[in-house]
Amino acid sequence: MSYLTYEHLRVIWWLLLGVLLIGFAIADGFDLGTAILLPFVAKTDGERRVVINTVGPVWEGNQVWLILGGGAIFAAWPLVYAVSFSGFYLAMLLVLCALILRPAGFKYRSKLENTRWRETWDWLLFVGGFIPALIFGVAVGNALLGAPFTFDDTMRMTYHGNLFGLLTPFALLCGLVSVAMLTMHGGTWLAVKTEGPVAERARSATLYAGLALIVLFALGGLWVKYLDGYQIVGAIAHDAASNPLGKTVVRKSGQWLANYSAQPWTILAPILGFGGALLAMLATRAQFAIGAFIASSLAVAGVVATAGLSLFPFILPSSTDPSASLTVWDASSSRMTLFIMLIAALVFVPIVLAYTSFIYYVLRGKVTEDKVEADHFSY
Amino acid sequence: MIDNVTVELSRLQFGLTAMYHFLFVPLTLGLSILLGIFESVYVMTGRTIWRDITKYWGLLFGINFAMGVATGITMEFQFGTNWAYYSHYVGDIFGVPLAIEGLMAFFLEASFIGLFFFGWDRLSRVGHLVVTWLVALGSNLSALCILVANGWMQHPVGAKFNPASMRMEVANFSDVLFNPVAQAKFVHTVSAGYVTGAVFVMAISAWFLLKGRNIAFAKRSMTVAASFGLASALSVVVLGDESGYNASENQKMKLAAIEAMWQTEAAPASFTAFGFPDTVTHSTRDAIEVPWVMGLIGTRSFSEKIPGIINLVEANKARIASGEAAYGALEQLRKHPEDTAARTSFNAHVDDLGYGLLLKRYTDKVTDATPEQISKAAWDTVPNVPALFWTFRIMVGLGFFFIAFFAFAFWLSAKHRLDTYNWFLRLALVILPLPWIAAELGWFVAENGRQPWTIDGILPTFLSTSSLTAGNLWLSLGGFVLFYSVLAVVELYLMVKYIKLGPEAEFPSSTALGAPALSLPKGGR
Repeated sequence: MSYLTYEHLRVIWWLLLGVLLIGFAIADGFDLGTAILLPFVAKTDGERRVVINTVGPVWEGNQVWLILGGGAIFAAWPLVYAVSFSGFYLAMLLVLCALILRPAGFKYRSKLENTRWRETWDWLLFVGGFIPALIFGVAVGNALLGAPFTFDDTMRMTYHGNLFGLLTPFALLCGLVSVAMLTMHGGTWLAVKTEGPVAERARSATLYAGLALIVLFALGGLWVKYLDGYQIVGAIAHDAASNPLGKTVVRKSGQWLANYSAQPWTILAPILGFGGALLAMLATRAQFAIGAFIASSLAVAGVVATAGLSLFPFILPSSTDPSASLTVWDASSSRMTLFIMLIAALVFVPIVLAYTSFIYYVLRGKVTEDKVEADHFSY
Repeated sequence: MIDNVTVELSRLQFGLTAMYHFLFVPLTLGLSILLGIFESVYVMTGRTIWRDITKYWGLLFGINFAMGVATGITMEFQFGTNWAYYSHYVGDIFGVPLAIEGLMAFFLEASFIGLFFFGWDRLSRVGHLVVTWLVALGSNLSALCILVANGWMQHPVGAKFNPASMRMEVANFSDVLFNPVAQAKFVHTVSAGYVTGAVFVMAISAWFLLKGRNIAFAKRSMTVAASFGLASALSVVVLGDESGYNASENQKMKLAAIEAMWQTEAAPASFTAFGFPDTVTHSTRDAIEVPWVMGLIGTRSFSEKIPGIINLVEANKARIASGEAAYGALEQLRKHPEDTAARTSFNAHVDDLGYGLLLKRYTDKVTDATPEQISKAAWDTVPNVPALFWTFRIMVGLGFFFIAFFAFAFWLSAKHRLDTYNWFLRLALVILPLPWIAAELGWFVAENGRQPWTIDGILPTFLSTSSLTAGNLWLSLGGFVLFYSVLAVVELYLMVKYIKLGPEAEFPSSTALGAPALSLPKGGR
């Protein structure tokens, strides 16, 4: 433990937070994208069941990335958890309702023959994919803008905004980046797991969504150049007890791009975002489905990493009281908690990845209408 | 000052969503193990009826599981959305078991549940059996982590307050992990889940037998459920007793409130089996007392006393005064961290800091509290005595009923007479809601009995909330009630539909087996 200082552990947990969010965006991202595409790439009931059953056996496991993300933020960044979840209250509840629609939708949709029942669930599943995709993007947008919160001297947080305050043009642009990205990602997944007209439509959706992602992501980058970023002025101890009230922060136009000039290697993240999307489109045109899915996953990783690296060392800045912003250096758990959590992550993440790979291997192969019909447990 | 409406609405929302979530959890816990047992019998005997039994109960398991997952996300989010100060104040400790739950348990359960349903033709028999047991292991480990978290709320060990970060931080993680309260609660809670699973299988099988359907299927299901249910029912009560013993050591006020024990009695104290607790006169009217029992259960000795409510309130007045000193020293330390006099005073009183915080209900400044305010705050430490008194007794009564029911069912199954008595089958059917009632009451006793604290002795409930407006809370609460009600209707509708369809609709082979099984000699399985 002596080699790992508090500072190291904080950076490691900032990285692990990134890993978890990227894990969520890649794994559950294609479930969300598939749900968004459901009403559009599948016309008949048989086709829709095929689409649903491509994610049916795996979406529950994938969603754990989100649950784990929530749990890890709670344990490693308690203040970030407290401020963001309560500050974005109604937005979070909207996400929650949308996410709750999914288990019910997947499980219950095909349990009745009724066409109206199934049509309704199909659209609810679309909502269950679209709303979280949009709002997670909007949340990242608001992290870049800063959120209107302050603390009193007992560290009780007051939030000075509301749901509609979150929906600024820039935040909505970030939301659309997220929707385009996950739609593309879902499209590449469907191209891997289906065949015939559904796969054909999924490929064309991937191309449109990929193009939209590249344009919107570029627009976002341009916008950030003129946006107020946040900067810590003066010294800040990297290994002191977590107290976000002990520093001075100023807002500065274009500051979110400062990390890229200070640490040129970080430019790899946006390059990965653009390059991955472009590669995913090229591979889709070449009907190289697996290649497109991998490229799309890289794009997802690149886009999420871009947001994180632009913010560093900030995690959630305060627009009302910039000096109370939450940063890597003053919003973490205690050193011992970070250490215990690191051990748990080192033990369990490889195990999780191992059995997840095994499960995808067992479930390999295309989903077809015949197979869906033949299996009692199909959704 | 914190808005009381915010506090009460937040409590109501948490209580409702948690209790709603726990409608699905116990059945998941119990059925997952039963599925493992059914399928183990299939793999060992090779008889397809056991595979069909596994698949049919698995189908019902799936309908229930989806709702457990859906409502569980709410729980993971809700600490942050509605209890932001709590999340800041104890996230350093409380967040850890929740995160490990995701990493170790929920990932396992949620990943393999897909293979349980979709892996029947893709895996070998033993391979699929392993998957089923991994789902059961995952759901039970999940309960372990959650109860480690909840156990810490009841008995916060292994943590200390850090004035610099203004929160509780981990001091000794193994104390948190091996918290005796958490261990007893874990076994008590999962056993209650097993009872629920066993009653569910018994009730629906009994319905099939009453209808003369799926005889072989139902009798086999019942045989397993009867013995599993008996073992679980015994375990619930034994570990419930262990929890009571723990409470007498760590949560004396909760125990006294459950017993409506106003005054300290001579040891060993008597147990009030029945009576009407009166919160105005601080006495229990028309009490029927059983001598010695309470003292023996609570202390496991003849000489140790169990303190009464009034005596505990008196003791808490002193702790509140000490907490007032801790709060004053803390304010000084926040401004001047180098002040050694303040540090010394703070260290001397830090264990009572939470009691000082109780005064925030009456004065923002805390250090200027009047004796009258201290007295009011001390009486705030008494939870709702009549509610706890009654819910506890109903829960315990149900616990003993389950032991009797399963003992009889076990005897019938040993005699191969499970389908002999129609009254027994009807009884098995009508008691279906009882395990849920017992489980919900159990949580009520645990959580309401901990009031006025979220973290016992550390953080009062009314300080734990987020700074939300009443408008937002009404909106979310209304949304939850509406949304959850619709989901409940959908879930129940599908559950009933698939129960009515029965295994014969899904697996015709077991119905074919069902008919000849009737003509087999007794015990022919």
